[in-house]
Amino acid sequence: MSIRQPDAASGGRFRTPLLFAAMAALIGLEALTGGWNTALGILNMGLISAILALGVNIQWGYAGLFNVGIVGFVALGGLAPVLVSMPPTPGAFAGGGPGLLLAIGIATATVLAAIWANTRLAGTARLLAIPLILILGFFLYRAVFDPAVAVIEAINPSAQGNLGGLGLPVLLAWPVGALFAAGAAWVIGKTALGLRSDYLAIATLGIGEIIVAALKNEEWLARGVLNVNGIPRPWPVPYEIDLQGDPAFVERMASLGTDPVTGSTVLVKLLYTGLFVVVLLALIWASQMALKSPWGRMMRAIRDNETAAAAMGKNVTRRHLQIFILGSAVCGLAGAMMITLDGQMTPGSYNPLRYTFLIWVMVIVGGSGNNWGSVLGGLLIWYLWVKAEAWGPALMTLVTANMEAGALKSHLLDSAAHMRLLTMGVILLLVLRFSPRGLLPEK
Amino acid sequence: MDILNALVAVLNYVVIPASSYGAQLALGALGVTLIYGILRFSNFAHGDTMAFGTAFTILFTWAFQAMGLSLGPLPTALIALPFGIAVTAGLVLLTDRMVYSYYRRVRAAPVILVMVSVGVMFVMNGLTRFIIGVDEIQFADGARFVISAREFRAATGLAEPLSLRSSQVITLVAAALVVWALFWFLNRTRTGKSMRAFSDNEDLALLSGINPNRVVAVTWVIAAALATTAGVLYGLDKSFKAFNYFQLLLPIFASAIVGGLGNPLGAIAGGFIIAFSEVGVTYAWKKVLGYLAPAGLEPEGLMQLLSTEYKFAVSFAILIIVLLFKPTGLFKGKAV
Repeated sequence: MSIRQPDAASGGRFRTPLLFAAMAALIGLEALTGGWNTALGILNMGLISAILALGVNIQWGYAGLFNVGIVGFVALGGLAPVLVSMPPTPGAFAGGGPGLLLAIGIATATVLAAIWANTRLAGTARLLAIPLILILGFFLYRAVFDPAVAVIEAINPSAQGNLGGLGLPVLLAWPVGALFAAGAAWVIGKTALGLRSDYLAIATLGIGEIIVAALKNEEWLARGVLNVNGIPRPWPVPYEIDLQGDPAFVERMASLGTDPVTGSTVLVKLLYTGLFVVVLLALIWASQMALKSPWGRMMRAIRDNETAAAAMGKNVTRRHLQIFILGSAVCGLAGAMMITLDGQMTPGSYNPLRYTFLIWVMVIVGGSGNNWGSVLGGLLIWYLWVKAEAWGPALMTLVTANMEAGALKSHLLDSAAHMRLLTMGVILLLVLRFSPRGLLPEK
Repeated sequence: MDILNALVAVLNYVVIPASSYGAQLALGALGVTLIYGILRFSNFAHGDTMAFGTAFTILFTWAFQAMGLSLGPLPTALIALPFGIAVTAGLVLLTDRMVYSYYRRVRAAPVILVMVSVGVMFVMNGLTRFIIGVDEIQFADGARFVISAREFRAATGLAEPLSLRSSQVITLVAAALVVWALFWFLNRTRTGKSMRAFSDNEDLALLSGINPNRVVAVTWVIAAALATTAGVLYGLDKSFKAFNYFQLLLPIFASAIVGGLGNPLGAIAGGFIIAFSEVGVTYAWKKVLGYLAPAGLEPEGLMQLLSTEYKFAVSFAILIIVLLFKPTGLFKGKAV
C-alpha cells in the first residue's frame, strides 16, 4: 500500500550492485581505519538487522501490514537459544515440570471452554458463563502454576533458578525461535486482522511490550533481568581461548604475521558472518521465489487493491494472517541468531526504539517491497546507527567549540547521545515524503 | 469482619489512585479519539506529544520557581501549563504543516499516516530527550496532601490509613473542567459543531462550506492542549520520565478503542474502565479480604491477580476482548 510515485531510480539495472559495492566499501573503510574486528562486528549485527528488515518487508512490502511490535517477536525468538541449548537445571523439570505442564493444560482448557461457551451458548447464559469459566480457570491455573514456579526458582538461585534448556545444539534453536514468534503472531493476527489497519498496529504494540515484560519478570523461564550467560556457540564457531591454546593455529597466525588474540577474534567473527550470510541468502532466495510465484502475485494484488482481490474470490484476511505469521517468524529467527551471536540473553536490553523503529527505518530507507532493498537498508542504517554514536558527540564538540563553558554547553554535549533518535526520525520522515520507494525501489 | 477498615483500604489503594489515573488516561484518550475522528488515523505520536508538552511545562515551572512565582498550596506547574500548551500547540501545528498536510493532500491510506506518525513520534521523542534528558524528574511543589494518612488515623481512630494527595484532587478537578470545556466547545460553538460535522461526514461538511484547514488546525490545538494537560497531571501525580510516556500509549489507545474510536464520551469511559481494571487486577487484595473474611478464614497469599509489572497486559487483554466481541467499542465508535 505504499504511495506510488514516478520516482526515477537512476542507475538502471546496475543500481543494486553499485549500492551494495558502496556498502562493502564502507565496511572495508571501517576495517582499514578501525580494524577488522570492529568492521566484522558491525557487519554481523548488520546482517541480523538485514534479516529482521527482510521479515518486516515481507509484512509491509508484500501485504501492507504495519507491525509495531517487532521487539516482541525478536525477544521471543531470543528465548529459543536459552530453552533449547542451555544445559538443563538439575531437578528443575522434575520438581516444577509437572506443575507447569498441568498449568499450561489448564490455561488451554480454559480458553477452549470459553470459546466453546461463546459459540454454543446464547444470551444471558453466555454472558454469565464466559467470565465464570475464565475466572475459575485463572484461579485454578495460578493455584497450580505458582508452587511449580516457586520450586524452580528456589534451585540454586544465584546461578540458575530457571528451567534451563534441553542441552541441544544451538543451531536447532533458530527454527524454534521462528516457531515461537509465529505462534505469537498467530494469536495477534487472529484477533486484529480483518479489522481496521490501525488495529493491527496497536495490537502489535501491545504484544511487543507484554512479551518483553514477561521475559523480564518470569525468572523461572530465562532468569528475567538476571540474564542468562554462556549460551553455547553454534556448530562451526570455536571459542577464542581454544584457538589461542591450539599450537597449529598460533603457528598459522604467526606465519600470517598476526598475533593469535586478534586472529582468533577475527576468525570467530568471520565464521559467524559466514553462517549469517548463508541464512540471509536462503531467506532471500525463498522470498524471491515466493514473490515470483502465483502466490506472490496474489499477495501483491491484495496489497494494491483489497476490494478487487476479494471480488476475485481471494480470502484477504487469511492471506494477511499467513503473511503476518511468515514475517514474524523471520523476525523470531533473527532474534534467536542475535542471542546466539551475543552468547547471552539480556531481557532488559529489548528497547522498542532500537528493535522496532530502527528496523522500520531500515525497511523504508532500503525500499519497501524489495528484498535486496531491505538487506541494503539493514546494513546501511545499522552502520550509520553505530557510527552516529561516535559522530554525534564529535559533531557537538565541534559546534560548541567556540561557546563559553557553562550550563548550556555541557547540556548540549550531554544530549548529543540523543541526537541519533532525532536523526533517524528525520530520515524516516524525509524518505517517506520525498522518496517513498527507498534506495532500491520495487520493480 | 471489619467493613469500615476494608472500605477505607479499598478507597485508599484502589478507588483514589485509579480515579486520578483514569482521569489522566481519559484526557489522553480524548486527544487520540479527536485526532482519529477528524484526521482518521491513530496518532502514535500522542504519548510523545504528552512528554514534549510536559517537558516544556517543567522548563517553565523551573523558570517561574526561579522568579519566585508560586500558587501557594497549588503546584507552580499549573501556571506553567498554558505556556507549555502554547509551545506544544505550535509544535504540532508545525508538524501538521510540514508533515501531515502532504499526506492529506495526496489522500494517503490511513496506514501510511500511522507510519508517518511513528516517524513524528521518533522526532518528538528525540526532541524531548534533547531538551530535558532521560532522567526521572519530580516537579510537583506546594502542599503534598489534602488528607494525610496520619491525620486521618488520628481523626477517625481506624487502623487503615487514608491519604488523598493534592495532585490527585487537582487531576480530578482539572480533568472535569477540561472535559466540561471540551464538550461545551463541541456542542455549543460554531467551530465545535463544524468539527463534529466534519467527523461525521467529511464530504457533506465540505459541501456545506466548512473550511477543512481550520477544522484540522483547531483539532491539533485541542489535541495538544489535552495531551499536555494529561501529561502534566500524570507527571504531578507520579513523576516525569520520557520513556514512561511512550509506554502510556498502549493504555491510552486501549481506552480510546474500548470506548469506541472517534467517540469523546467513550474515550472518557474507556479511560476509567482501563484504569480501574489495571489497579484492581494488580492490587494485592489480601488486606481487604482479611478484614472481610470471618476470623480464621483470612487468605494466606497476597491475593494479587497479576504483579504490577504486567499492568499493561491488563489494558491489552481488555483491548483484545473488545476487538474480538465488539470492534466498534462499547459506545459505538466509527472504526470497524
